[in-house]
Amino acid sequence: MNVINSKTPQGPLSEKWKEYKSHQKLVNPANKRRLDVIVVGTGLAGGAAAASLGELGFNVLNFCIQDSPRRAHSLAAQGGINAAKNYQNDGDSIYRLFYDTIKGGDYRAREANVYRLAEVSGNIIDQCVAQGVPFAREYGGLLDNRSFGGAQVSRTFYAKGQTGQQLLLGAYSALSRQIQKGTVKLFARHEMLDLVLIDGRARGIIARNLVTGKIERFAAHAVVIATGGYGNTFFLSTNAMGSNGSAAWQCYKKGAYFANPCFAQIHPTCIPVHGEFQSKLTLMSESLRNDGRIWVPKHKADAEAVRAGKLKPTDIKEEDRDYYLERRYPAFGNLVPRDVASRAAKERCDAGYGVGTTGLAVYLDFSDAINRLGLKTVEARYGNLFQMYEKSVDENPYKTPMMIYPAIHYTMGGIWVDYELQTSIPGLFAAGEANFSDHGANRLGASALMQGLADGYFVLPYTIQNYLADQIQVPRFTTDRQEFDTAENAVNDKIQKLINIKGKRSVDSIHKELGLAMWDFVGMGRTKFGLREALAKIAEIKREFWSNVRIPGSGSDQNTELEKALRLADFIEIGELMARDALYREESCGGHFREEYQTEDGEALRKDDKFSYVACWRYTGEDMEPELLKEELAYEYIKVQQRNYKE
Amino acid sequence: MEKTINITLKVWKQRNPKSQGAFETYTLNNISIDSSFLEMLDILNEQLINEGKEPVVFDHDCREGICGMCSLFINGRPHGPDDDVTTCQLHMRKFHDGETITVEPWRSAAFPVIRDLMVDRNAFDKIIQAGGYVSVNTGGVPDANAIPIPKDKADAAMDAASCIGCGACVAACKNGSAMLFVSAKVSQLALLPQGRIETAKRAKAMIAKMDELGFGNCTNTGACEAECPKNVSISNIARLNREFLFAKLKD
Repeated sequence: MNVINSKTPQGPLSEKWKEYKSHQKLVNPANKRRLDVIVVGTGLAGGAAAASLGELGFNVLNFCIQDSPRRAHSLAAQGGINAAKNYQNDGDSIYRLFYDTIKGGDYRAREANVYRLAEVSGNIIDQCVAQGVPFAREYGGLLDNRSFGGAQVSRTFYAKGQTGQQLLLGAYSALSRQIQKGTVKLFARHEMLDLVLIDGRARGIIARNLVTGKIERFAAHAVVIATGGYGNTFFLSTNAMGSNGSAAWQCYKKGAYFANPCFAQIHPTCIPVHGEFQSKLTLMSESLRNDGRIWVPKHKADAEAVRAGKLKPTDIKEEDRDYYLERRYPAFGNLVPRDVASRAAKERCDAGYGVGTTGLAVYLDFSDAINRLGLKTVEARYGNLFQMYEKSVDENPYKTPMMIYPAIHYTMGGIWVDYELQTSIPGLFAAGEANFSDHGANRLGASALMQGLADGYFVLPYTIQNYLADQIQVPRFTTDRQEFDTAENAVNDKIQKLINIKGKRSVDSIHKELGLAMWDFVGMGRTKFGLREALAKIAEIKREFWSNVRIPGSGSDQNTELEKALRLADFIEIGELMARDALYREESCGGHFREEYQTEDGEALRKDDKFSYVACWRYTGEDMEPELLKEELAYEYIKVQQRNYKE
Repeated sequence: MEKTINITLKVWKQRNPKSQGAFETYTLNNISIDSSFLEMLDILNEQLINEGKEPVVFDHDCREGICGMCSLFINGRPHGPDDDVTTCQLHMRKFHDGETITVEPWRSAAFPVIRDLMVDRNAFDKIIQAGGYVSVNTGGVPDANAIPIPKDKADAAMDAASCIGCGACVAACKNGSAMLFVSAKVSQLALLPQGRIETAKRAKAMIAKMDELGFGNCTNTGACEAECPKNVSISNIARLNREFLFAKLKD
């Protein structure tokens, strides 16, 4: 018992996936029609999986909380998608993408999964082009590439600054085609509130119709969770307002392990926080670091003058600027991975060199690029991002440098899955950001889109058949079963309990308090003391929430405050597990930086002898300490070393 | 010093699709001009909740102008008094102190109100389902560089593909036409060799679905283009008409 088995196939790294596909079980066309699959989420992973499973002939039920599958938050990704095509002839290969991803993740990801990801990355680009995704092209008609952090090659494909949108619309079009054909049934404005198990297997979900408030039941032979990450635990993040961790959290509470919850990514280039009313943080694409240079004033006096509004950044002479990333990391310069760039910004601001009215901002400057390439070229490359910045901040980034600061962006942690993307509950699969699998302790830019689509188009449609092949004798389930009664009753009780609190505080006011505690203690710099403080604070917030939240309206009607409250109830518990995991992991790696563990020059210091494992948390009951299980990480093909972006 | 303004809001309130709606008036003081329009509505809702009332319901999600979920007809303009933005990117600096701001949902027969400012745009999904795709399955496709595509064609396809499906074009149109939305998808796919093959069938199927769902006709007023937050051009409508005509002539 309690041995974590990743079910990684035997054999050489480059043969594992081929071997798996050659020997896995398949389901014949006649049987596919008799098998139902629930896919929760319509982003890159969920949308691609639902469409592909529908094409194969399975009967798919697909859910999303938005009014249309085209709005899933995958679409907000701006900069691009990585693929080891080596179209630029600059030395890229499957191995190099695999290597960069493992290294970028600070040696905390599973080798076999990451290799497979790199292997199928090229197919994704082929697929998207075939769907009519308008990627950027060269004058000769072939595809263009740009560079992203953590790589020395140009392997990022892009569609202006709207790559995520275009890829999602590709998946959405494939999904729409299947909806038309009747293989996929879509349930928009539906939110999953619980997972239903029958004899230990995932067999259905309970969902709330967000228009009518009605609680509805859905049964299937297998369930796929593709509901994204839990970055909104921090209240302020680059996630959409509706993005939440609740579907994943309900799976955890039903027995699915939750892996590496403390690995959250802080993106270095976001528009800085500017007021208490602020509802979210806006990302400025990492692609800007191709041509933008990051700097702060070299002298504290200049920084103070800028903060007081007495000095303009354009008045600061070249020799009085500190291009700190180029200074500290000569080999990668402004294109170091996100965790490194974020910490370096924090270090400068903490030391008193920050700019903006709050001192919590650094400059991202395009004047060099404009001089070198001309205004037109810069506009063609980044025009829509510059427009977005100007609309938000009311400053023209062509004339004055942008101001940026790190913000919570992505969660590498998530539901634990094995090589087949199956969770520790049989029949429950997790794909995309919702699972923990491929990014280790830090995700490289342009790799989220790659992973979402890899899972959805090219991994899950294979691996889920290996499970479903054993289910062909299992008849369809009726939702009248007692398991569904129990689950629905529990959901109704929870809703009634929340409505009946009738306290004094709005959901948002409590969520903001949670977000602050998370940012202060479970953010960019973590300490043992701070994390203990966080656990105490979160427990306090939990008590406050369950005794003093106010939700107007009724539980059996359209009710946006109730939706938010149900999500916040889970965010509070997720925050607690994040803090617990961060406290337990006494090392620094990737996005997890424990201030006690750093090298002399302030870089993350891993402790491979003690922590080279995936931390899998198992739920043991309400208000009980969860149990920690470990999946040891064995590196057979990569030499584990200290990450170095300096030389 | 942070600059703030006081405003009066006239907001459309409607319990459900069938009930009668009406404007309700609220006053808000000390609103920072740096807050976005939706953050201003957050402040209103916080105030309403604290008074024990139900909040104003409106659609929103990404709050960075890309998901197309937010809508709102503000002072008679879809997405309000700024150009090339969605409501979530509209900031209070575009309003002046003491102003009365009228906020309505999209008004269109094809987009029924669900509640208050939230409307049902399912009709757009149905139009896409009718043919807004290239009929390829996952896997078995040629290499991405196998078919070169002229850069100007790819760029024009990208511009058409910028549509976020928010519905501002329909809300702006006196006929409630969805031609800009339909033409953007038809154009994107017609400009690319991968999508070209099904163009005739696609144009016919999407237009038939659009008509069936109760959208109006296009009379070339250009209001859709003027209000499109993503600058989708009405030249796409000309292209759609051309493709549609060719398709009909072949029949």
